[in-house]
Amino acid sequence: MKKETRYALLAIPLAAFGLAGTTAARADAATDEIARYREMIADGNPSELYAAQGEELWKTKRGPKNASLEQCDLGLGAGVVKGASAQLPRYFKDTGKVQDLETRLMTCMENLQGIDPKSVVAAEWLKGEREKMAALVAYVVTESNGAKINIDMKPAPMKKMYELGKMAFYYRSGPMDFSCATCHGDTGKRIRLQDLPDLRKQAGAAAGWGTWPAYRVSSGQFWTMQHRLNDCYRQQRTAEPIYGSDVTIALSVYLAATGKGGTVLTPGLKR
Amino acid sequence: MATNPMKIRASTKDGVTEVKVLISHEMETGQRKDAAGAVIPAWFITELTAKHNDKVVLTSEFGTAVSKNPYLAFKFKGGAAGDKISVMWKDNKGETRTDEAKIA
Repeated sequence: MKKETRYALLAIPLAAFGLAGTTAARADAATDEIARYREMIADGNPSELYAAQGEELWKTKRGPKNASLEQCDLGLGAGVVKGASAQLPRYFKDTGKVQDLETRLMTCMENLQGIDPKSVVAAEWLKGEREKMAALVAYVVTESNGAKINIDMKPAPMKKMYELGKMAFYYRSGPMDFSCATCHGDTGKRIRLQDLPDLRKQAGAAAGWGTWPAYRVSSGQFWTMQHRLNDCYRQQRTAEPIYGSDVTIALSVYLAATGKGGTVLTPGLKR
Repeated sequence: MATNPMKIRASTKDGVTEVKVLISHEMETGQRKDAAGAVIPAWFITELTAKHNDKVVLTSEFGTAVSKNPYLAFKFKGGAAGDKISVMWKDNKGETRTDEAKIA
């Protein structure tokens, strides 16, 4: 209540500077409020509920092979979860592919548990195997909270993916002729009252890449990076990519490489 | 439907114990409709009780104005490290859940 009164008082003198001033102040106020809210529930990020389910699921014997995921190699060795997602996407020799967290987990599910990756790809968001995937992701990324974004760009396929991701980032399509860069290719942009990170720059990419996957308070849903990227395409009103397809991994490589050195603050908390 | 566990954290300082609870619940208001236009039935927590060992320290009534996956924090006088904190909720479908934690 106190806070609201303060903003009401602020708005009066600012109105004299015209519309631009007022909107900017409102944008700042909204950003401050979101930051304040985040701080308030930092102890109660509902992602923890999903992470707890994911940890349980990680240890649960499932699938035709009746095995758990405890021997899953996320790039740091079999069964190592701590810090693993901060170093993804990564080029994996065993599959010969660059994989992000979700596609790597699908590989583990297939190899260890005998669960067909198609069951994840074909599922709907937040339902069936994708819901389980989201819980697993919540668990894994929680174990990288505080780590540095550090992906290994040395293998040639990573460089190729980076170039593909960069191309996808600037590629315009759909009825609006939008690309990722339309909204995320400039500093100081915003949609309504929300600041948009400039994903071409290290700071912006680190802020964007480093705070997803996240719990969205407005929808009460936990979103993986695959979900986040898919929704960017939906918002562009263009074709939505297939779950775990090369373009989603390429964009992830581009974002993670650009934001390299930034701090991973996952699972994030979004408006 | 199976319920998911709550996350409970409690710590004590200068004779006051702070309890933080994260609750997993849909908290559906009954005001929303699904894609087919059918009303999504109301499903929300109606009561929540917290105990320190066997003594009730908080009783509350919840309603549809409370968000999905609610977060609750409260303080009470007393409590020592190792004491048991238990939180119980009951929803409008008659389902209940109790989870426990120790004061850190």
